[in-house]
Amino acid sequence: MNATNTFQLDGEEIPFAPGQTIIQAAAAHGAYIPHLCWHPDFSPHGSCKLCTVKVNGRFGSACTMEAQPGMEVENRTAELDDKRRTLLQMFFVEGNHFCPSCEKSGNCVLQATAYELKMMSPHFDMFYPDRPVDASHPDILLDFNRCIMCSLCVTASREVDGKNVFAMGGRGILGRRIHINSESGRLGDTDFAATDRAASICPVGVILHKRKGFAVPIGERTYDLAPISAQVKETRS
Amino acid sequence: MNAPMKAAPAPVKKLRVATTSLAGCFGCHMSILDIDERLLKLLDLVEFDRSPLTDIKHCGPCDLGIIEGGLCNAENVHVLREFRKNCKIILALGACAINGGLPAQRNHLDLRDVLEEVYQTEHLLGRGGIPNDPELPLPLSKVHPIHEVVKVDYFLPGCPPPADAIWKLLTDLLAGRTPALGHGLLHYD
Repeated sequence: MNATNTFQLDGEEIPFAPGQTIIQAAAAHGAYIPHLCWHPDFSPHGSCKLCTVKVNGRFGSACTMEAQPGMEVENRTAELDDKRRTLLQMFFVEGNHFCPSCEKSGNCVLQATAYELKMMSPHFDMFYPDRPVDASHPDILLDFNRCIMCSLCVTASREVDGKNVFAMGGRGILGRRIHINSESGRLGDTDFAATDRAASICPVGVILHKRKGFAVPIGERTYDLAPISAQVKETRS
Repeated sequence: MNAPMKAAPAPVKKLRVATTSLAGCFGCHMSILDIDERLLKLLDLVEFDRSPLTDIKHCGPCDLGIIEGGLCNAENVHVLREFRKNCKIILALGACAINGGLPAQRNHLDLRDVLEEVYQTEHLLGRGGIPNDPELPLPLSKVHPIHEVVKVDYFLPGCPPPADAIWKLLTDLLAGRTPALGHGLLHYD
């Protein structure tokens, strides 16, 4: 007999507390639902669409949909993972994700998710957008080539640091980007600090700490050791 | 060794493999060599056509064409088309063939600016002027991955792909299986 507050995730029974979203309950249970813009410490953004699941046969975002008793949720089906892989391929072609030169390689959520979903190629034509870096801050480097517009830095800076350093702005696939809220538009002219929550929230390699390159060698990093699906509880900080 | 002679088994037809490095650094070819003594097992199963390993200059009909590197000049495009025309299966090997890789880091720069800086204005580099020998293939304005020009059947990422991943993919293909790389073999760095 089912307890009242459970739902089925790929046939597995997942308990939840009332008000929890599907992805919150799954993560608390150690079950992996692929995602990029969701973070357990923050309210959902619902923009990356990677956590799309099928709830009772209909598509929905696991990060925004509240768990309900008796839901039947499909997650890691071939159909959904195929769509997720296509979304990832679009992320990879619309930025400049050159992993061999990236300090975040091996610790990158985008890369680890693409490994998990067996993304072997970008499939689409590359955009190679021109996205200058911002090295104006003494302690932090911003490499916008890798930005996936998850907006976690925007949220962390506003909600935790109380600073509002970042903002989403612009229109269109090449115009939309993260803006810096300073007169010059440069990070060096803000009160951003390396100890800010926003300085350690980036899931990809945009917000990097200067003078901390390759402290852990490639091959021994977080997702080198085990796939992202096997470390749902461990790797979120 | 003293066992009675058996009728020799019919010789297995070896698959023909061609390889090339376009806009790459030959690192992926080094990684092929890095399969070490398994090369001998591989040579029981395949024979090489055009490849830096054989120095054959043009590709004949092949079962598998392995392409390292992306497209940075006109000759790269010609070679790639020759491979696609002659090979039943094309494998894009390594980051540069798949997404342009390191050479594509020039894509946000103007090609003329790059050539002028390297060959004319930068005082520590050569000052002989931009080379214009007709033998030299013309550079493309941007570097492209190979799937933007021909159909590619299989991709193996990595910079370079680990030797074990190359071995796994080749043995899967030779055995007629869909290649499947487990954790640790699929790497973009």
